[in-house]
Amino acid sequence: MKLAIQINEGPYTHEASVSALNYVKAAVAAGHEIFRVFFYHDGVNNGTRFTTPPQDDVNIANSWSQLAKDHKIDLVVCVAAAQRRGIVDEGEQKRNGKDGNNIADGFRISGLGQLIEAAIQSDRLITFGD
Amino acid sequence: MSTLHTVNKSPFEKNSLETCVRLAAKGSTVLMYEDGVYGAMKGTAVADTVKTALKTMQVCVMGPDLKARGIDAAKLLDGIKVVDYSDFVKLSVENDKVQAWL
Repeated sequence: MKLAIQINEGPYTHEASVSALNYVKAAVAAGHEIFRVFFYHDGVNNGTRFTTPPQDDVNIANSWSQLAKDHKIDLVVCVAAAQRRGIVDEGEQKRNGKDGNNIADGFRISGLGQLIEAAIQSDRLITFGD
Repeated sequence: MSTLHTVNKSPFEKNSLETCVRLAAKGSTVLMYEDGVYGAMKGTAVADTVKTALKTMQVCVMGPDLKARGIDAAKLLDGIKVVDYSDFVKLSVENDKVQAWL
């Protein structure tokens, strides 16, 4: 079955990012396809490679990047939410004249249409967060 | 038409559990996870609400989230099913829709 995931909460806020990671891992293990993970609102904070949690702590951004790499999962960050919170890729860096970018491996910045498309194309949309 | 309802906040922080069980149709499944697992305990202010829901709905609670909070299965209301993340995936596939009560 095709599953789409929406995450509305940042990492290290409550528990949503970790719950979503657990869910995606379980879904992949059961043979389901993750059509897309869409990061919305504070959820976009999952997509910065500049997070440096203590070494004995879960690195949530790295966990997403690894998962995307291992299972070719499309991780999409909402552009409007990202601009507000300083999540920047190369394209956005140029477009907005910023002095750097911080998008993590496996993530891409795109529009809300990607969430709508994921909801239409997938059999289920599962939402995590506040 | 069946729906899986997910509740991830404590019933003592938000009223999403009460709203969920009030509006969910008979035959639905309600899954409490994250801080939502506090709603599955015996003797709380929402225990009667959950007991009423149990008459017409399946109520599940996330086992790993109970364990993380030190809640023993003996403290749960009778009839609540303890599940894990693979069960969460199964529930979302078995039901037609997944409604998150945030």
